Amino acid sequence: MLLISCPWCGPRDETEYHYGGQAHVPYPETPAHLTDEQWAEYVFYRDNPKGPFAERWMHSTGCRRWFNVLRDTVTNELLASYRLDEPRPELPQAGGNR
Amino acid sequence: MAEPTIDARVSPLAHLEERMRAATVTGARGVTLTEWPFVTMVNLRVAPASEAADRIEKSLGAPLPRECGHTTTSGPHTIAWLGPDEWLVLSQADATAVATELREALGGAPGSVVDVSANRTTLELSGPAARQVLEKGCPLDLHPRSFAPGKAVSTTVGPVAVLLWQADDTPTYRLFPRSSFADYLARWLIDAMSEYRGPEVP
Repeated sequence: MLLISCPWCGPRDETEYHYGGQAHVPYPETPAHLTDEQWAEYVFYRDNPKGPFAERWMHSTGCRRWFNVLRDTVTNELLASYRLDEPRPELPQAGGNR
Repeated sequence: MAEPTIDARVSPLAHLEERMRAATVTGARGVTLTEWPFVTMVNLRVAPASEAADRIEKSLGAPLPRECGHTTTSGPHTIAWLGPDEWLVLSQADATAVATELREALGGAPGSVVDVSANRTTLELSGPAARQVLEKGCPLDLHPRSFAPGKAVSTTVGPVAVLLWQADDTPTYRLFPRSSFADYLARWLIDAMSEYRGPEVP
């Protein structure tokens, strides 16, 4: 069980949250000009890194707010959680190959 | 003055009233479960750092709590924190009157005041064993070091999402589940309480 820290409510059990997939996926600037392939890329294609991964979570039984979490996909360790209006925190341990 | 109308409301747990009374446990490991039907609840959304929030605080006579878990009380009203810009006003006053008053205080500012009295019902779990009953299915730390009277937190009890408010040191907890989940939660609690009827298993 993950212990996820909500930026507003503090640490709570994973069961109180909903997962929202990869964070920082920008909506296309000119959606009308996208080819089918580019649309598919935007809608379905997501990163699958080995290591720190920024993802969205929602505190569904608490404050019902969306926020972002940096999770290490190898150790399942939660490295940081931050609000949607905050930039992705720089982590000394981020990057590099494992 | 309008003619008094017949109150034909049926609370979500009216059919379990007998069962809840029969589940009462007395003694050192005592615990009781009761429903408080038709508590006035008004959902309030407003930017916390706005003039409208100031007007609402003046109108309620209490500040809006700004931190998760905090509540403030003024006369018949208790305000519970639901989110950074969302509160639940619990009140013993008339729902229409409270909602009207808050809507006037909000004015045309961005936000909303909605009478949600029928959305949830109120279960009161009280007695020396109440904390142990809740601990069977609540992920929160309910120990007095981290949870105390006057705190109200949205969480889950069993699989049901509730707003959990500790009212006093007995301890007495008030649970606010959605009406449609109240039947399940009441039966879950009755089952969880039954163990305290017998002697403690070492």
